[in-house]
Amino acid sequence: MVTLTEAEESGENVPKGGGTLVYRQRLATRLTHWLWAISLFFMLLSGLQIFMARPDLYIGQQSGFGFDNTVLSIGARQVGGEMRGVTSLFGASFDTTGWLGLVPQGDGLARKAFPGWLTIPGYRDLATGRIVHFFFAWLLVATLFVWLLASAFNGHLRELWPSGRDLKRLPRDVADHLRLRFVHDGRYNVLQKLSYAGVLFVALPLMILTGLTMSPGVVAKFPILLDVFGGRQTARTIHFAVMLALLLFFVVHILMVVLAGPINELRSIVTGWYRTSAEKRP
Amino acid sequence: MTRLALTRRHFLTGATLASTASLAGCFDPLGDRDSSVRNVLETANSLTYRAQRLLLGSDDLAREYAESEIRQPQRPNGSTNPRDADYRDLASRNFADYRLKISGLVETPLELSLDELRAMPSRTQITRHDCVEGWSCIAKWTGVPLAALLRQARVGPTARFVLFECFDTMENGFTGPVKYYESIDLRDALHPQTILAYGLNGETLPVANGAPLRVRVERQLGYKMAKYIRSIVVIDDLSGHGGGNGGYWEDRGYEWFAGI
Repeated sequence: MVTLTEAEESGENVPKGGGTLVYRQRLATRLTHWLWAISLFFMLLSGLQIFMARPDLYIGQQSGFGFDNTVLSIGARQVGGEMRGVTSLFGASFDTTGWLGLVPQGDGLARKAFPGWLTIPGYRDLATGRIVHFFFAWLLVATLFVWLLASAFNGHLRELWPSGRDLKRLPRDVADHLRLRFVHDGRYNVLQKLSYAGVLFVALPLMILTGLTMSPGVVAKFPILLDVFGGRQTARTIHFAVMLALLLFFVVHILMVVLAGPINELRSIVTGWYRTSAEKRP
Repeated sequence: MTRLALTRRHFLTGATLASTASLAGCFDPLGDRDSSVRNVLETANSLTYRAQRLLLGSDDLAREYAESEIRQPQRPNGSTNPRDADYRDLASRNFADYRLKISGLVETPLELSLDELRAMPSRTQITRHDCVEGWSCIAKWTGVPLAALLRQARVGPTARFVLFECFDTMENGFTGPVKYYESIDLRDALHPQTILAYGLNGETLPVANGAPLRVRVERQLGYKMAKYIRSIVVIDDLSGHGGGNGGYWEDRGYEWFAGI
């Protein structure tokens, strides 16, 4: 990590407010971060478009039409003489009119799993959804590969990987987070490490592998994928579940950026420079 | 089951309706089949095709399942009962007059009756049908390996694709009825699991599932597996057929290579 000691001595760029500006995020980290942000945005909305063609999730190799292996189903049906959006999860049904199954369109309601603002394109178009999804799938995988290579060489991987000492600090770190006490010493705390490592080494690989398990071409070559994930339809269900986990990560990520000081956080992921606070990690 | 149940014909009308007050509506122009941005995104498809062809080799078989995995009838999709007069006529006499024509870049064009096809060595496979919509269904298919027919017809050296022309009319266009058609490359055409199926789950292939003949291309999605096959043409270029993209759904924006 480069500090601005020389600049400080010469009186230039001395940050106000006691902290020191440090070069926190390398170019490779910043670039891949934004490529992921773009890829995941498009993959989420095009993925929901694809899902909308069959808004049901099943467990096993196949979809149960003559038997029941459905775990999630989004649809619309007559309830008491009126059309309602109904979402069923593990057998429990919920009225989701206006949000899922029966959604606003124009001046009325349309029988569609998701409202237009949740999909790319905003109307029903599976073909375009697939084109967008697979383009950004390639971009995401390429970015992950570049990031892994760069981070292995520039030390980013080491500063991200949770150590045994980190894990011992976990309870205290959780308590700090709950009290919204953030230490800005320019290093990742253990919860950060765990969530970033979780996304990069668990969630994204799972997304890629379950996505590939849905490809009839790929599983002809690697049928083991069907066994690992318990069938094509289970893989599709896991793909959807991990999407929800990534969405949760995104929400918490944005929340933490806001709580930790959005200007400083944004500057570091755009320019690389981050202002550390005067206090030191105990 | 090969076809898509959803109507996308009115996507432009839908676009106008749905894009009002839509956050992602700014990406709706991607739905325009001629959009240049869409064309850039589509290049990823050829990357997928090349990657799969490079990695997957030609001999890998799609997984075949046990009898116990057949837990339901094969779900019919797309056309399930063609109204076309010539088809109804053949169907009314149980396809006794049906002749499968194989022509194009072959040395010996063929015309085969169903009985002749049934007399040839057959292949039976229990496989998973994956629809582009996202669902899967396991069924037992029996038929003639397409490779055997192509060997008999002796494919010429310039041949690249096998085109399936079908009986069923999908819609009525300005220039008359638009019939379903599909195409695959020779590599898939010669794959051991690529069969012209006349049997499903131990019975004669029903009309709903594509009688008298439908192709199985087990390493691709359902819309590649044309039903109600009238004739097979061996060609070197897709551009002269239908809308020029190699298939009915391909002409409507779907990828020609449906291995993913």
